[in-house]
Amino acid sequence: MSAATPKGVLLTPLFKNNPIALQILGICSALAVTSSMSVSLVMALAVIAVTAFSNLFVSLIRNHIPSAIRIIVQMTIIASLVIVVDQVLKAYAYEMSKQLSVFVGLIITNCIVMGRAEGFAMQNGPALSFLDGIGNGLGYGLILMVVSFFRELLGSGSVFGFSVLAPVQDGGWYVPNGLMLLPPSAFFVIGLIIWVLRSVNPEQVEENQFQMKENSQPKEAV
Amino acid sequence: MAMSNNSIQKILIVAFALCIVCSVIVSAAAVALRPQQQFNQEADRKTNILQVADLYQPGEPINEQFEKVTPRAVDLRSGEYTDEVNPANYDGFSAARDPAQSRTLSGERDIAGLSRQENYSVVYLVGDPQNPEKIILPIRGQGLWGLMRGYLALSGDGNTIEGITFYSHSETPGLGGEVDNPRWKSQWDGKQVYADGELGEGKPDITLVKGGASGETEVDALSGATLTSKGVTNLVQFWLGEDGFGKYLAKFRDSSEGA
Repeated sequence: MSAATPKGVLLTPLFKNNPIALQILGICSALAVTSSMSVSLVMALAVIAVTAFSNLFVSLIRNHIPSAIRIIVQMTIIASLVIVVDQVLKAYAYEMSKQLSVFVGLIITNCIVMGRAEGFAMQNGPALSFLDGIGNGLGYGLILMVVSFFRELLGSGSVFGFSVLAPVQDGGWYVPNGLMLLPPSAFFVIGLIIWVLRSVNPEQVEENQFQMKENSQPKEAV
Repeated sequence: MAMSNNSIQKILIVAFALCIVCSVIVSAAAVALRPQQQFNQEADRKTNILQVADLYQPGEPINEQFEKVTPRAVDLRSGEYTDEVNPANYDGFSAARDPAQSRTLSGERDIAGLSRQENYSVVYLVGDPQNPEKIILPIRGQGLWGLMRGYLALSGDGNTIEGITFYSHSETPGLGGEVDNPRWKSQWDGKQVYADGELGEGKPDITLVKGGASGETEVDALSGATLTSKGVTNLVQFWLGEDGFGKYLAKFRDSSEGA
């Protein structure tokens, strides 16, 4: 990335270079936590905090990190931050942390955090890196919120826990789509989002890396 | 810079300094937040006790609501109330690991897979402590992946189940993890521990059965979770049986049978 500007690093990850939609990183937590909007919001905030601060700290000591152990150094910083976030959630958002269970701990393995530490914070100053972390966390959180909006709305008929489409169980008219509460539906929603984003920004469409040869004989396929 | 970043000394210094700094941060966070976390866990435990007794009202301070139940310590060996331990802060789970306060369970008697059992346990009584409406018992036992801990509420006759809940378990989400599904838990209401006419004879009759429960001592097993269901059957039978609260509950059964 040439000439990173504060505004640029903060905003490009939202649509132009979204970590989930373009780089296809962090998919598995996006599948797991998006069945309800409030849980997704907490998860998004946790990831924003971790990416921002891990970028900040990695960038602060980047001139002293020996390249031989740089991955371990980044990992240690990220892991410590995740534990701190997990402890804070357990203390101040106990119900949420129960629902998020292991997924807070698994932020450590979220490729977005590591990718930004290695790809951006190692080459840039602390302030820019911090903003880049917030930007990428926001990009992740944005997709999380969109996915969970559709999953919660169609799966439970509610938005942030408030009933919008009255479900049949409570005497309403809406028959909730149980599939939307299961992880595969997040795949569908993320797929649709990627489709929309790439239709709007055609430059995001990747080159076809593997060209399949046409069948030379029509009978081959039969 | 005096040292190259990749010299052995530099690597060791950076690694060591990083470890020290990170461990200080992590342990500081853990220590500073522990009181708040323990308060949350305690509140969560009390919420579970109130929920299993159908007393829980969301939004009201949990400690005030908790005054509706009376904790009493019970000596599991004799079934009598005891003043040996303070029910407000007694922790049966850690007592079970202290040889002075627990006993080993061996082989066939240890159906719940506990290996050690505490001598005293704390029950929670709803209503008049002499003649309670509901009795809430702490239960625990091995599921498929680990220990399941929860509460079971019985009505004052010591035989009718009023509710069950698990507040900590590590069963497979979606399969065994459905032990905390409200719809599954609701079918425990009104089930009988012992079948009619066999009150207190032998092992408790309450069982999880596959493929449709019939009768008042049968509960639908969790589909796709045979071992978790088995674990639930075992732990419920254990805690309601002779080695669990059997002797304690016998008093309630006798008095309601005589009446």
